[in-house]
Amino acid sequence: MNVILIAVIVLGSIGLVAALILFLAGKKFAVHEDERIGQVQEVLPGANCGGCGFPGCGGFAGACVKAADKGSLEGLLCPVGGQPVMEKVADILGMKAEAAAPKVAVVRCNGTCESRPRIAEFDGAQSCKVQQMLGSGETACAFGCLGCGDCVAACQFDALHMNPETGLPEVDEEKCTACGACSKACPRGIIEIRLKGLKNRRVVVLCNNKDKGAQTRKACSVGCIACQKCVKVCKFEAITVDANLAYIDAEKCKLCRKCEDGCPQNAIHAFNFPPRKPKVETPATPVENPAPNVEPAKEKEA
Amino acid sequence: MKTFRIGGVHPAENKLSAAQPIKVAALPKQAVFSMFQHIGAPAVPVVKKGDEVKVGTLLGEAGKGLSVPVFSSVSGKVNKVDAVLDSSGTRRMAVVVDVEGDEWEETIDRSDKLVTFKDLGTITAEEVVNRIKAAGIVGMGGATFPTGIKLMPPPGTKAEAIIVNAVECEPYLTADHRLMLEKPEQILVGIQLIKHAVNCPKAYIGIEMNKPDAIKLLTDLLKEKAAQYPGIEVVPLKVKYPQGGEKQLIDAVIGRQVPAPPALPINVGAIVQNVGTVYAIYEAVTKNKPLIERIITVTGKSVKNPSNFLARIGTPMQQLIDEAGGLPEDTGKIIGGGPMMGRALMSLEVPVTKGSSGLLLMTEKESRRGEVSPCIRCAKCVSACPMGLEPYLLASYTRLKDWDGCEKNDVTSCIECGSCAFTCPSNRPLLDNIRVAKQTVMGIIKARHMESITKK
Repeated sequence: MNVILIAVIVLGSIGLVAALILFLAGKKFAVHEDERIGQVQEVLPGANCGGCGFPGCGGFAGACVKAADKGSLEGLLCPVGGQPVMEKVADILGMKAEAAAPKVAVVRCNGTCESRPRIAEFDGAQSCKVQQMLGSGETACAFGCLGCGDCVAACQFDALHMNPETGLPEVDEEKCTACGACSKACPRGIIEIRLKGLKNRRVVVLCNNKDKGAQTRKACSVGCIACQKCVKVCKFEAITVDANLAYIDAEKCKLCRKCEDGCPQNAIHAFNFPPRKPKVETPATPVENPAPNVEPAKEKEA
Repeated sequence: MKTFRIGGVHPAENKLSAAQPIKVAALPKQAVFSMFQHIGAPAVPVVKKGDEVKVGTLLGEAGKGLSVPVFSSVSGKVNKVDAVLDSSGTRRMAVVVDVEGDEWEETIDRSDKLVTFKDLGTITAEEVVNRIKAAGIVGMGGATFPTGIKLMPPPGTKAEAIIVNAVECEPYLTADHRLMLEKPEQILVGIQLIKHAVNCPKAYIGIEMNKPDAIKLLTDLLKEKAAQYPGIEVVPLKVKYPQGGEKQLIDAVIGRQVPAPPALPINVGAIVQNVGTVYAIYEAVTKNKPLIERIITVTGKSVKNPSNFLARIGTPMQQLIDEAGGLPEDTGKIIGGGPMMGRALMSLEVPVTKGSSGLLLMTEKESRRGEVSPCIRCAKCVSACPMGLEPYLLASYTRLKDWDGCEKNDVTSCIECGSCAFTCPSNRPLLDNIRVAKQTVMGIIKARHMESITKK
């Protein structure tokens, strides 16, 4: 009886002392976190993709609170949640959300198995990064897609898939959040995070080859040869050719598709336009009201 | 028998061309001189299309910082100065010369007569280094580090031992072996010049036991002319790969271990030079001949006549293969360098460069990698790694993109010798992954360094 009593008293007093120490330590070393950070983090998607440029959603929430204290949320965007989430964040912080145009990942290579023949075989570790480090890849193009799918592995949203027929990754626009993880994973910088454009319509040069035209043509039948035809045909000065490669500025492009028709290599592609009607019958409007100042497409007759 | 302490493997030697004397390769019809034949900044072309050049004419001057000049090895007319396909399959700046005749610059002494150290009279150490720099000499074992820089120890360090790397631990290659047999005295004079340049009394020649004829020849020569070549010693080494690695050789010969980067061999008082480089130094200082030719082994089990060629730099590989009996039908892979560290060539148009030590033609069967299976935790890679790293761990960290983990486990110490992948029973591509990690971590370290500089 006595033994049990002693044990209870001893253990009980140890428990009391420990509780007291814990209580005091908790008071003394308490970390005061801005409660708004937690609130902001709750409305964020929680994918921790890093697409915003901060280490995960917690980092982004902290940055938002800091920016709000300074007076503006400018430059901060959660690419995954987009505008709706940013509005919620702004509400919590008592700010106004900045309007941001939605973006999407675009794979700037169209060198399919047919258009870009294999000249070598790579049997090392199946990673684009390894391949890039050891040589120019399996084709003669030192700028095109290597096809090992580093970008697919990097995508947290199941928005990128390898097409086994073309050997190129394809973006699922519905799922793509433009977080930019694929773009960073690609050792050749082929993937561009680009403005989604009006009605999701885009005109893009699907090539990344910076070699001279003759060499590009040898390596790939759909590569940009920097012939400048698109530059001449564009009325909006949206196209520039730099280092033997044409680039269409998405902000200046009015989606007239003249460059697409003019490209001798078929390197320029238009996305999400309705199918064109046969030219002979109705040469008038190939695209329903794509943009103002657009002439009907009759350049092929000229 | 001396050797290095940690790790190492023993691949089949296959020195098929060891008995073949060095043959002078025919002049090419067109020679290509890449401006990227060395580590560091590329050379800057100083000729233009249509210029007449002779053997020994400067084609590209040294770029800013770490760099060396490039010289023409043929005479003729410059065809173009343009980006040309190099061995890695990328296009890089090069000078292409159409060959006409074989005219040499008059400043080059073309005689075979041995010039001894005494003949040079009172040449200063500075003059030796300057001549080496002006001749565009780089490490010819394959690393292509500018030799002139290596012979100027940074302040606070002192060279206590010159180690001549005559190990040639890569299977198949025999270029250094043949050079020692055919030009032993020239090499000894070259060693004297290096000793003089860095004011170091002691030099060692590290040779593996699989070249007994070279060991005997040099030992006898040193015994016979002890007064003429003082302070030089031949060190026979046990056959083990990668003994030719700079750090492994220092450990094997003088028993000192170089700490992890950024420490250099000179921090333990050693300067290592490849035997090919030593010969190039001899030619540059005594004959005023820039680095325009080198010895290259063309070999392989199915090659008709495995040979050692003295080839002009810029000669297309295709020509050397033709001279060795043509491309065998069952060739699966053509490797520039040896089988362990060499890299597969993308095309046969690529030229011989300053660092081309060999050309290995592998049959279809040999060139296939085995099927990859899961790691069985046998730790063979750990015992094989000559740097004492844990390759399986680094490869896993790479897959997880844990660059901090890689850095903490000293991925930057990796010498990319390939012993881990060679020894792996599961055929795992360990080195492929470690290379990615090494490159990434070096980038991170550099970025951190730049940041700390800008902050100050």
